[in-house]
Amino acid sequence: MHYADNVDYPRLLSRPSVYIPGLAILFGILLYTQAGTTSLGQALAGVFGMAGDSLLAANLLVAIVVTAVVALNVAVVMRLSLKHQVYVVWAELALLVLLFFYSFDLSFEFIRRKIGFLLTQGLVTTLYVSAISIVIASVLAMIGAVAKLSSNGIALGIANFYTSLFRGLPLLMQIYMIYLGLPQLGYVIDAVPAGILALSLCYGAYMTEIFRAGIESIPKGQWEASRALGLKPKDTLIRIILPQAMRIIIPPTGNQFIAMLKDSSLVSVVGVWELMYLARTQGQTEFRHVEMMITASLIYWILSIVLELIQGRIERRFNRAQTR
Amino acid sequence: MIRKSRLSLVESTPEPTGAVPAVQIRNLSKWYGSFQALTDVDLTISRGEKLVICGPSGSGKSTLIRTINALENFQKGQIIVDGIELTRKPDAVEAVRKRVGMVFQQFNLFPHLTVLENCTLALRLVRGIPHKEAEERALHYLGKVRIPDQAHKYASQLSGGQQQRVAIARALSMQPDIMLFDEPTSALDPEMVKEVLDTMTQLAGEGMTMAVVTHEMGFARQVADRVVFMDRGEIVEHGPPSEFFSNPKELRAQAFLSQILH
Repeated sequence: MHYADNVDYPRLLSRPSVYIPGLAILFGILLYTQAGTTSLGQALAGVFGMAGDSLLAANLLVAIVVTAVVALNVAVVMRLSLKHQVYVVWAELALLVLLFFYSFDLSFEFIRRKIGFLLTQGLVTTLYVSAISIVIASVLAMIGAVAKLSSNGIALGIANFYTSLFRGLPLLMQIYMIYLGLPQLGYVIDAVPAGILALSLCYGAYMTEIFRAGIESIPKGQWEASRALGLKPKDTLIRIILPQAMRIIIPPTGNQFIAMLKDSSLVSVVGVWELMYLARTQGQTEFRHVEMMITASLIYWILSIVLELIQGRIERRFNRAQTR
Repeated sequence: MIRKSRLSLVESTPEPTGAVPAVQIRNLSKWYGSFQALTDVDLTISRGEKLVICGPSGSGKSTLIRTINALENFQKGQIIVDGIELTRKPDAVEAVRKRVGMVFQQFNLFPHLTVLENCTLALRLVRGIPHKEAEERALHYLGKVRIPDQAHKYASQLSGGQQQRVAIARALSMQPDIMLFDEPTSALDPEMVKEVLDTMTQLAGEGMTMAVVTHEMGFARQVADRVVFMDRGEIVEHGPPSEFFSNPKELRAQAFLSQILH
């Protein structure tokens, strides 16, 4: 933990004043939401031979069992080391999510039949649309940030208007405007370039603000030392300020990349065969929407995890030399 | 008299503009909005002179030396450095900054670069010196400020005194004619003040032109050719340290000295 204190406060979950009310609330919620009627309730009733008993009995049974499992689980996890706690809790929650999906009674045969196309066509399209957009957005953000920090009124005006417009309009609207609007001017644009353009412009606008804030966070003394040594403005920015600003810029930029990855699904509205478009259309023929949606969701999740891991690596690299 | 030390910090030969003073400041005035920070300052720093500028906080002493390398602008008056008139034109500012080295109160080392890279970056980018040669020169100056074997560390791994000596080496690597020191020891722990002052004394002994804003009156007594006392943006009194410390003429200087020399 960051800046952990050196006091051994009693752990929150080991205080009876915390875990007893906590378990009581969980118990109450389970009762109130009639947990006995769920598929879990029916399964448990079967196990305990109480099928057909009153609803109240089923509710009570589920509430008692779930509360007991949670209490036991917390007690066990509390004994692990911090690192293992994180892994175990993460795995348990992931398992719950997967069980939730599993409860939809999915046709895995259908998924198996379709996943190849979903990956080779949908995933590949999503990946290259996102990757190209990320690169262009980063370039736009850098230009925008420098323009916003410049004393050039025209550059400043353009940059201000750009961030205002493209942060202000819904991304969906931007996609339509570029795909359907540009042909009005005589420029016919394909769906994929239109999608990439919209994503780049929109995320470039958000990232302009991130880059600007990162550059502004570097103390004045760094600019002055660089100037006093005779470095030109361009070198001061590229060699001195930006490398330090990257530490500040990277975490929110990683956020933006993950958000963009998922927002790339919006370009499906203009008929780009990316992941979300295929997930919607492939399921239609056999009324297997949920299968395709869940499969696509899990693919998005895995991609996000990969981006998180990459972000972590880059952060460690730029933290190598801790600033004072 | 210039004391010749075994370790020579100054490698550059003086410019052929021998007769021209290092810095001439004429009738300089500066305002921050409606607040006047400098009022009609006249000051000439001769070649090889060691000038100490002192005065209460807010008296404009830092502002004054920061105008010399254009880190601060001014509205009225004239600054001539090595015969170059300092305007806001890029050529003039670049030429002046090539001749003037600066050491800051907060060191301002580049935290993302190693000690060596701190010293070589400007050599390569501003002077266009090849990588290898720049490193040799930087190591030479790092040796002289007694930062041995730390060249590949980052600034955050050094003590405050070491950081400030690296900052001095970084400025010296550019082989400036004039060195400006803006309260170089004010951010240091007491036990590290001496090592930095010793380095500065050594530098002074080798004939470097120096303008030092400091509260270290011992250094001023020992090293300065002339002490300038400022208050409220004006130069109130100046003279050799022997006179200034033993017999200050102005009331404000007397009051300042009685506070600072307990």
